[in-house]
Amino acid sequence: MAKKAAVKVKEGRIEEAIIGFLKSLLERGVVEAMVIPKALPSQDGFVQTLIRDPEKLNGACVLSPTMPVQSARVISNLTVKNLGKKVAAILKPCEIRAAVELAKFLQVKLDNLYVIGIDCPGTFEVTDYAKMAQEGKGGESLTKEFLKGMEKGEIPPPSGYVFRTACQMCEYPVVDSTLRVSQADVIIKLFGYKTDQEIGIEIGDKLEKEVEEKGILSFADNEPASRNEVVNKVIAERTKKRDALFQEFKGVVKNLQTFLDRFSTCVRCHNCMVACPICYCKECVFRTAVFEHDGDQFLRWADRKGGIRMPPDTLIFHLIRMSHMVTSCIGCGLCDSACPSRLPVATLFRSVGDRIQKMFQYVPGRNVEEVPPVASFKEDELKIESGAL
Amino acid sequence: MAEFEPRIVAFLCHWCTYTGADLAGTTRQQYPPNIRIIHLMCSGAVDSIYVLKALIDGADGVLIGGCHPGDCHYQTGNFKARRRVAILKGILQQMGFTENRVWLKWISASEGKLFADTVTKMVEELKKMGPNPMKQLWNA
Repeated sequence: MAKKAAVKVKEGRIEEAIIGFLKSLLERGVVEAMVIPKALPSQDGFVQTLIRDPEKLNGACVLSPTMPVQSARVISNLTVKNLGKKVAAILKPCEIRAAVELAKFLQVKLDNLYVIGIDCPGTFEVTDYAKMAQEGKGGESLTKEFLKGMEKGEIPPPSGYVFRTACQMCEYPVVDSTLRVSQADVIIKLFGYKTDQEIGIEIGDKLEKEVEEKGILSFADNEPASRNEVVNKVIAERTKKRDALFQEFKGVVKNLQTFLDRFSTCVRCHNCMVACPICYCKECVFRTAVFEHDGDQFLRWADRKGGIRMPPDTLIFHLIRMSHMVTSCIGCGLCDSACPSRLPVATLFRSVGDRIQKMFQYVPGRNVEEVPPVASFKEDELKIESGAL
Repeated sequence: MAEFEPRIVAFLCHWCTYTGADLAGTTRQQYPPNIRIIHLMCSGAVDSIYVLKALIDGADGVLIGGCHPGDCHYQTGNFKARRRVAILKGILQQMGFTENRVWLKWISASEGKLFADTVTKMVEELKKMGPNPMKQLWNA
């Protein structure tokens, strides 16, 4: 059972209170390094950093309003080969869920990794945030607004801007063992807390003893009554948005022809695949000899239809990418953000993923013990031999 | 106008369905010649890429034939094939392609008659459905 604690916030300095707690983990040797987002010197963007010196945590931004890369990728790089020291990583729920999926595919090792999850109000496109920063709508004032709004679950983006579509439709705003995602060793809770006075912290089994012995926190089983209510409200709002987007998408994509019409501006850059945390294959099938053909073969295909689009296989690219990874799609929406044509790739993947994941009662990123549908089977299931389904 | 003759691409596993097809021939079972067989070692070796490529580039239907559950020469290949086909069909359906043009059938080496009947039935069904709209998409 996870232990709960509250950290007092002095003079409304919420971020400092969180950083103070994280600092103590580093200073007292619970971990030896920390992966945490930090603003770039230019102040118009955030990146993940790997920090060894506790002092360098000053100015880190736990609630970074952008997600330039999926941190699950960062975690994969860091942990998959010879990580001998204990490292903590501050991750958004979708990043944790992606890391859990990658752990199942042996691309993340959780042995020496402590996952610190934080409630997520949503993120902005990197380019949007840069503009926001130039207009003076970013930085500390934005984070303050976020933190204040999370008390009631009302987080209006600065005027003229919207959260990334994937965030608007994300029904996993929190890392919470009782509510949704379970794989975190520390959870920083903001929704439903009077954040100018205190914030919530939950410590999982792995760390609870050490944190108490080293005097970092003293546990008390207190959580404001509003916590569940606010979280449920945020989830309900986002689920509503998600369903509306699914509905809208279904209205546009009625068949494969209308799908191709909607995706007509796809330039086949494969950016969606590169940005996707789940697409981890070192050698992607789309870059192998499977898609290299004799010139004569292309001519035969062209002959059959009178002429074909070149390069071919746009439809196959999207459908196959889905069939390979849609069961594990955690909906971070980085495919959307990476698309130069601003195509609704994430909505497509979420919409199809919803159906396929339900088929196997599979929730990607929920629990590292669960086996992904593509890597397992049941003997008695899916009666499709008769052509049904 | 000549009647529409569907074209079926079949991916058959070496140990069961391909041998079953062989038996259909040696026992002189009659079945329509609309099928082009691709011989694989296991139904579990069929990636969705090949199924889609066939459908987009001219096939009206795809038949995947494997051993009955529990009989796979490699223990579990057919179970994996079944999940893969289920996922592919789910994706296609969610995108509005609801026609049943991908068939997964368990046909053993001794079921020559079942193989012939399956092909006959599939051709009948595909004739009712008409040409595959996917193969006409030049911009796919």
